[in-house]
Amino acid sequence: MQVPGALRVVEANAIAYRRVWKGSAFSSFVTPALFLVAMGLGLGSLVDRGAGAPGFEDLSYVAFLAPGLLAASAMQSGAAEGSFQVIAGMKWTRNYHSVVASPVGTGGLVGGHFIWTGLRVLMVSVIFGAVAAALGAISPVAALALAPIGILIGLATVAPMTAFTANRENTEALTAVFRFGITPMYLFSGAFFPITQLPDWLQSVATVTPLWHAVELARRVALGYDSTLPAWQHVGYLVLVFVVGAALTYRLFSRRLNV
Amino acid sequence: MQPLVEAADLTKRFGDFTAVDAIGFSVASGEVFGFLGPNGAGKSSTMRMIGAVSPVTSGRLRVFGLDPATDGRRIRSRLGVVPQDDSLDMELSVEENLYIYGRYYDLPRREIRARIEELIDFAQLGEHRASRVDPLSGGMKRRLTIARGLINRPDLLLLDEPTTGLDPQARHVLWDRLYRLKQDGVTQIITTHYMDEAEQLCDRLVIMDRGRIVAEGSPRGLIETHSTREVLEVRFPVGELEPAGPTLQKTADRVELLADRALLYTSDADSALGEIHRLGLRPESALVRRSTLEDVFLKLTGRTLVD
Repeated sequence: MQVPGALRVVEANAIAYRRVWKGSAFSSFVTPALFLVAMGLGLGSLVDRGAGAPGFEDLSYVAFLAPGLLAASAMQSGAAEGSFQVIAGMKWTRNYHSVVASPVGTGGLVGGHFIWTGLRVLMVSVIFGAVAAALGAISPVAALALAPIGILIGLATVAPMTAFTANRENTEALTAVFRFGITPMYLFSGAFFPITQLPDWLQSVATVTPLWHAVELARRVALGYDSTLPAWQHVGYLVLVFVVGAALTYRLFSRRLNV
Repeated sequence: MQPLVEAADLTKRFGDFTAVDAIGFSVASGEVFGFLGPNGAGKSSTMRMIGAVSPVTSGRLRVFGLDPATDGRRIRSRLGVVPQDDSLDMELSVEENLYIYGRYYDLPRREIRARIEELIDFAQLGEHRASRVDPLSGGMKRRLTIARGLINRPDLLLLDEPTTGLDPQARHVLWDRLYRLKQDGVTQIITTHYMDEAEQLCDRLVIMDRGRIVAEGSPRGLIETHSTREVLEVRFPVGELEPAGPTLQKTADRVELLADRALLYTSDADSALGEIHRLGLRPESALVRRSTLEDVFLKLTGRTLVD
């Protein structure tokens, strides 16, 4: 990766983002607010009357939900940056082609894409954390501590997603990934309920999803609960997914843009 | 003086398909050099190799004396690139597009600001500087793309099919801009499948066909070498062209029968036309014109440039 080139790409993304930042920041704020109020407080008032899932008996549902939902939101932002943005650069505006023709090159393009996504999910996570803290779901300190986890899961999502999108000619396959990949992960990776509630075979599926590792980490950091695996293993898994996805992205981008 | 671009046996293959087949050429500083040929002749593939975007399959290529395989970044930083499909950011303004591209070349912000003033002036986009790119006309977008390619004051400007898809008026405006650049001493390499564009703009050009260079020279030199001074175009009513063929052959140095008309190559078109009438043929219309690069291409390849 060529660092100054990557930073130029980040700068270009930031300039383009200025046009949409109001709407984007607003939805980053409204979405968690709606979810935490409706699910956390509304639905949670019913959930809290029950016995509670094993290990979480003393916890309010909104407190249980907030850290995992933050990770799930970061995942969704990462998926968006790695899908429609990428096909736009490749095919619609063909902006990637002009970046590659400049000194920035393919390395700078790929590096800048991931740095930019890291910043975007950081923003999403910070706003989410602020809303959750304002609603009293988590402490302000926990909200800040969750931001790096948001970046981790965002990157572990955007990298494989970008690699997948690199060769696409249209959005059909992307729509399928959202429908059959991102949405089920969002719902079944432990953000809304512990995966111990799932049938055994689904539990094993859930444990290989990046989001489950992020949710485990988030709950450990925000609530002080023991995660299923040691923290370094959850972190390591997410880093591994990012590194493999990023390497694959570089390869596929070169193959498409440098022919 | 060292040429800016030098190629020998330059080859590009995609799998089994040979897009560029062992071509050689060199481009000197200050000249406008053209690749003329039909779609699929290998012009764009050659341009992408010169632009250090596409790796050379075999042969030798030097740009500014550097090898694109090892010095791609240094080469790209001294090039200006005008791709066929503008690839502008449609959501951003004219100025923002220029600014972002200037940053890709690592130019300081203040320098870019000054350069944007000059380039907006050059591209005649003053009224539209703050407007989004999307609603601009094709000609304006292309002028902006050329301005963007000049942001780093390149030593060499690569223009891939600069006027394809533009209406005649927009083409002339663009040619005027490119001519100005030439007068300012900007070296340009242009690919085109329009012979009039090649004639207007290029000091020197190569004609490409199926990955190979079939001729090289100045537009005038190529015409003088490969064609006659004048061309007589005659049209016949439907069905009468083919039977007239053998007779027409007797009236000129060379005759090409196209689908709708015959081209007679001769040094004296008027007397050829007289001869046609004397032989009893009655063409529907007859037109005398001077030879163009299109005629050169037809002679060398047996095909027309634009199908």
